[in-house]
Amino acid sequence: MQIPLSLQFINLLAALLLLIAFAMLTQRRILSLINLFALQGFVLALSTFVVAYSASQHHLYYSAGLTLLLKVLLLPWLLHRLIRKLNVRWDVETMINIPTTMLVGIALVIFSFNLAAPISQLSEGITRGLIGIALASVLLSLLMMLTRRKAVSQVVAFLSLENGLFFAATSATQGMPLVVELGIALDVLVATFIFGIFFFQIRETFDSLDITHMEKLKDD
Amino acid sequence: MEYLNLILAILFQLAQLLLVVLLAPLLTGWVNQCQAWLQNRSGAGVLQPYRVLRKLFLKDAVIAHNASPLFRVTPYIVFGCMWLAAAIIPIIAVDLPFSQAADVIALVGVFAVARVFLALAAMDIGTAFGSLGARREMLVSFLAEPALLMVFFTASMISHSTQLPRIVDALAHHQFMLYPSLAFAALAFVIVLLAENARIPVDNPTTHLELTMIHEAMILEYSARHLALIEWASSLKLFAYISIGIALFLPQGIIEAGNWAGMPLAIALLLLKLLAAGAGLAVFEAISAKLRIFRAPEFLGTAFLLAVLGLLIHFLLGA
Repeated sequence: MQIPLSLQFINLLAALLLLIAFAMLTQRRILSLINLFALQGFVLALSTFVVAYSASQHHLYYSAGLTLLLKVLLLPWLLHRLIRKLNVRWDVETMINIPTTMLVGIALVIFSFNLAAPISQLSEGITRGLIGIALASVLLSLLMMLTRRKAVSQVVAFLSLENGLFFAATSATQGMPLVVELGIALDVLVATFIFGIFFFQIRETFDSLDITHMEKLKDD
Repeated sequence: MEYLNLILAILFQLAQLLLVVLLAPLLTGWVNQCQAWLQNRSGAGVLQPYRVLRKLFLKDAVIAHNASPLFRVTPYIVFGCMWLAAAIIPIIAVDLPFSQAADVIALVGVFAVARVFLALAAMDIGTAFGSLGARREMLVSFLAEPALLMVFFTASMISHSTQLPRIVDALAHHQFMLYPSLAFAALAFVIVLLAENARIPVDNPTTHLELTMIHEAMILEYSARHLALIEWASSLKLFAYISIGIALFLPQGIIEAGNWAGMPLAIALLLLKLLAAGAGLAVFEAISAKLRIFRAPEFLGTAFLLAVLGLLIHFLLGA
């Protein structure tokens, strides 16, 4: 059984996506976290491009370009600006026990591979094996949102979760209609702006971006 | 014809035996020289390890009064294990007679035997540093070994064999494919290589501070010919690990069965790969800082994670 070279390349990129998701899960520094997010966006754009080429789906070229513009250039730039203004550029997050997080991550990967196996039987595209990886990176981003304490890294986790979903969409269904993709891209952009405003509000109220302070907000 | 082939194979096997044992210090010298260049020093030259070995062999050995025979015999066992390991890895041709002696799992076992004896010998004298080094070495290696096995399993899964020659054969001489799982395994293997060979993020081979030593602390009591053998064994171990890396992840150029005419090209390619690997190792060491000893489990945990991910991805994607 010989797999076509383009599919091999997509497989490689998918594996890379999973690797970056793990790297983000275990990254302590906020600055490197944002750089990793940009890298993830780049890998995503590249894989979308290759899917577009191999399945000759022309609208996927647009969405690859859109991904490149939005997730590699614009959003990381916004986040960089944000952490510079908030002065959390060199913050190191105190995280709970990285090896445990990694083991939970592996369990999540096994779980999602098992979960995706019957689903991918239904799909007919050339890239159906990739649903498991997409699902795994979504779950890893969710795990990252759970284990982080700082607001900025939670937002990066949210954005990388969207990356995972986007990858699932392109690999499983050859992409959504362009209108939907444009809408989602706009949503993500607006969400980032709103999060940015939230950061300033949170810091003004608590003098820190550590969201554990929010537990003090009680209505008594 | 059959006989001729067999005789040639045995001859080449003996040549490889000699080649690895003579070449290994050169590789260490090359890595040290690259490091010296990167640190803006002129360096001692690539032949320095040979000079050190000669100096050590000419000296008289000093052995502690309470040393048991185990202490005396360990350098020979360690050297023998590493020589065997380096000799059975296919680095030039795949079907040499000795390579049937051990598959990858047995190879991990050979490394383990050497390590156990070294740790026992370190504790034998009863100095504090010896047992400290032995415990640290065991901590590092018990985390590195499963990762190494997982790396081997990934490669075995792809080629349906645990015999190194078969693995190389499957990867090098069949149709070219991109293997995402092998990319993960390669990353994991690099981490294991650094940890097992006492290189910088885990251990510093040039340190003179006993409290931070791992490998060096174990061999503090050795001198003269015993020390020379252990140093030589370390060189052989680095050589063996790098050649495993070449065999698994960069096997192009290792010649097929019976194709003796391709030998000069294969040797030239091997030397080129070794040069590149040594320089790469030096660069990696130059840009990374030594980890605290209690960060080492995290570092090696990453290796295990990567190797397991490689295995899982092989199951999912079949590649």
